[in-house]
Amino acid sequence: MQRNWKSDWIMYSPIILIEAMINGLLTGSIYALIALGLTLVYGVLHIINFAHGATLAVAMFAVWGLNIAAGIDPYLSILLLAPVFFALGYGVQRFIIGPAAGGDDGNILLITLGLSIFIENALLASFGSDTRAITSDLSFSVVELGPFLISTPRLIGFAGSLIVTVILWFVMTRTDAGKAIRAVAKEKLGASLMGINVAHVYALTFGIGCAALAVAAGLLMPSFYVNPRVGGAFVNIAFTIVVLGGMGSIPGAMIGGLLIGIVESLSGLLLGESLGQIGIFIIFILVLLLKPTGLFGAKA
Amino acid sequence: MKLQGYLPILVVTALLAVVPFLSNSNTLYNFMVTSLIIALAAQGWNILGGVAGQTSFGHALFFGVGCYTAAMLQFHFGINAWLAFLMALAAGAGAGFIVGFLSFRAGLRGSYFALITLAFAELMRILANASEWTGGAAGLLLKLDPGFANMQFASRASFMWLALAFVFVGLLISRAIAGSRFGAHLVAVRENEDAARALGVDVLTVKLKAISLSGAMTAAAGVLYVQNFLYIDANIGFGAWISIEALLAPLVGGRGLVLGPLIGTFTLHGLGELTKTFAGRVPGIDLMVFAVVLICVVAFASDGMLGLLRRFAPRLAKRIAL
Amino acid sequence: MLEIADITMRFGGLVAVDRASLHVEKGSITGLIGPNGAGKTTLFGVIAGFLKPTQGRVIWQSQDITDLKPHQRAELGIARTFQIVQPFQGLNVLENITVGAYLRHHRAQDAIEKARAVAIRVGLEKDIDLPASSLTVAGRKRLELARALATEPKLLLLDEVLAGLNPSEIRDIIPVIRAIRDDGVTILMIEHVMQAVMNLCEQVYVLAQGQMIAHGTPASVCNDPAVIEAYLGKGAAARMAQTGGAHA
Repeated sequence: MQRNWKSDWIMYSPIILIEAMINGLLTGSIYALIALGLTLVYGVLHIINFAHGATLAVAMFAVWGLNIAAGIDPYLSILLLAPVFFALGYGVQRFIIGPAAGGDDGNILLITLGLSIFIENALLASFGSDTRAITSDLSFSVVELGPFLISTPRLIGFAGSLIVTVILWFVMTRTDAGKAIRAVAKEKLGASLMGINVAHVYALTFGIGCAALAVAAGLLMPSFYVNPRVGGAFVNIAFTIVVLGGMGSIPGAMIGGLLIGIVESLSGLLLGESLGQIGIFIIFILVLLLKPTGLFGAKA
Repeated sequence: MKLQGYLPILVVTALLAVVPFLSNSNTLYNFMVTSLIIALAAQGWNILGGVAGQTSFGHALFFGVGCYTAAMLQFHFGINAWLAFLMALAAGAGAGFIVGFLSFRAGLRGSYFALITLAFAELMRILANASEWTGGAAGLLLKLDPGFANMQFASRASFMWLALAFVFVGLLISRAIAGSRFGAHLVAVRENEDAARALGVDVLTVKLKAISLSGAMTAAAGVLYVQNFLYIDANIGFGAWISIEALLAPLVGGRGLVLGPLIGTFTLHGLGELTKTFAGRVPGIDLMVFAVVLICVVAFASDGMLGLLRRFAPRLAKRIAL
Repeated sequence: MLEIADITMRFGGLVAVDRASLHVEKGSITGLIGPNGAGKTTLFGVIAGFLKPTQGRVIWQSQDITDLKPHQRAELGIARTFQIVQPFQGLNVLENITVGAYLRHHRAQDAIEKARAVAIRVGLEKDIDLPASSLTVAGRKRLELARALATEPKLLLLDEVLAGLNPSEIRDIIPVIRAIRDDGVTILMIEHVMQAVMNLCEQVYVLAQGQMIAHGTPASVCNDPAVIEAYLGKGAAARMAQTGGAHA
């Protein structure tokens, strides 16, 4: 542990540092995708979905399972899982969270905590605590970008996240459903007076968040691993991104995701695997204490 | 009237105290000791999260501070276990004060407060996992040396009674608060901060007192853990498991009520053992049951088991002065 | 007893209170009236310490309390009620009032005793064991009053305690307010029910669009052209004078 950070920093050539930043940026794009669902749900329903990470773990297990059992390619499984997770998210919000919480903000946090405990342990009971991964030729392949070696699955992940963001932007601005969601987010009572079914819109939003998780799972699996506890790690990262970007802000989540990806990659490089995570929590705590509205949040 | 409030505490403690005379099965002792440690941690949570309404997702922070203060003082400096215990209480209170000072002054409430407590606990878990002082990932192992002076006991029953004594003191403190000015202020802060302010309640100070006391009590549970298992690592001390246990028990037993955490702990862990008996030792199955109970309680019985008792047997509830 | 001098309260670009001054005589009932959105509740927030004024001072018994927090002002004897009642929902009526009583009585027994006495004084003695959430609107208003009173204030700030009540409920509560004053508590009240203002207040201040436009006895204020215009629109006073003249 007796390391001299300054000399360490110098020790790394700029190539390694920039490469780490690029890889962090690419991973960050997937983080952004995960945080997108969380921030969307917060922006519209004004609730913090603590089960977000656990849902991601389920999606990752689903990607893994489809690959092992049916040989389906992780990227291809997105096409199957995104609609399934949309339906799942819709149902859970409409029939469990919504009715059980009775409109109380603190209750919703506790119910989603209960859901996350349930999901995590259901995964543990069914799959055991082993870590699983999908290995394909793609997993370790790299693309040479000038002097930098960039992991191919991460590059694909970046492209995938970009596509989803564009689709989501299109849905939110150009479709009736998207307009209804934005109306409810802005003025719930007014929207319901205009004949918008708020419970339906809430469930729709939740469904979109879950579908985004399914996409993220498909993009993650070729280069990542899954075990029942993996959701906890992701949920912490996602919360940090959402808080950093401003609760409820979609562009905030995108930029926050990329930033956190870079921070994680660099602090991992400089501090080592186990201590590297610390950067994320420090950012989280500092943002909450000093600027709880985040970079792009409107107001607390 | 005043003593009557303490009667249920005496009865419950007496009932638990005779358990060692009924059987000396190891499983039963382990069940009792673990449940009592969790109950004490949960009593700490209940002062802040239940009575004062500041939901914490990170009471592992205080539990871990208690564990590590006791363990490190004994391990590195050979300090007497009881002295180490007192210092762990102070450390728990201090940790509570620091977290409270930072987050309450920043105006964090509700979900935001819950998340920042979680972040503090995780931060400590990573640090404890990486530092040499805390034994890193390997943890710290204390020397087995039974004797009252070392807060270690050859007999399992003695340790159970020690844990019960801690829980008893915790209950007395909680009861005393419930009937006091401080208790009224805590509840006022929970129900409506602005109204409390208008009535002359110094909200920030009240919250700081609550979180410091809460931290000390949960740290005491951490000390018990270390003295019982003579081992600590980062995932035990600062792990999410104890944050969840400390929060579940009061919610299930009766949020903000004196006996809530104790009743909640034994309800949950009784259920857990029952599930294991019927469903076999599938990992995680007990926590699945806990989660379902939590969701049901939040949805249908916001005052937990004691609330149900009040609703369905109001006379009995009144007689035992809940 | 209470003196607020040149208070300005700005929220971003919006000026809610604009250099307002006001004086409350010890032992009086002083009214603060004005059209909706005039800044009355904002001014109350400033007096009770919930809002920090952009400019101006709040003087209490010749002590500058502008920088004191709400709980410190409560300790000095300033109690307020809220226009939108803020009961402790989970507590019963007596427990609600006891929180207030704890300000001066540190022993539980004394505080509860005090709370009972206050409950009787405001006419809540029958509802003492009811959950606060089950009270009627009138009951909640009384509870709001009782809690503030339990802090044994020297100055009581009442923010529309009569709003939402029916005429018979208003008739019932007016003597309660007068009795509180007769026991030596000075009262400053925001009120829309003019019948009550005329009935209770010795002095009335009129706030319109953040500015203090008039003050005096209730009768004189009601005939002040500036006040009539503030309530009924520009030119209203002139029109009223004309029609009044035509009929004379």
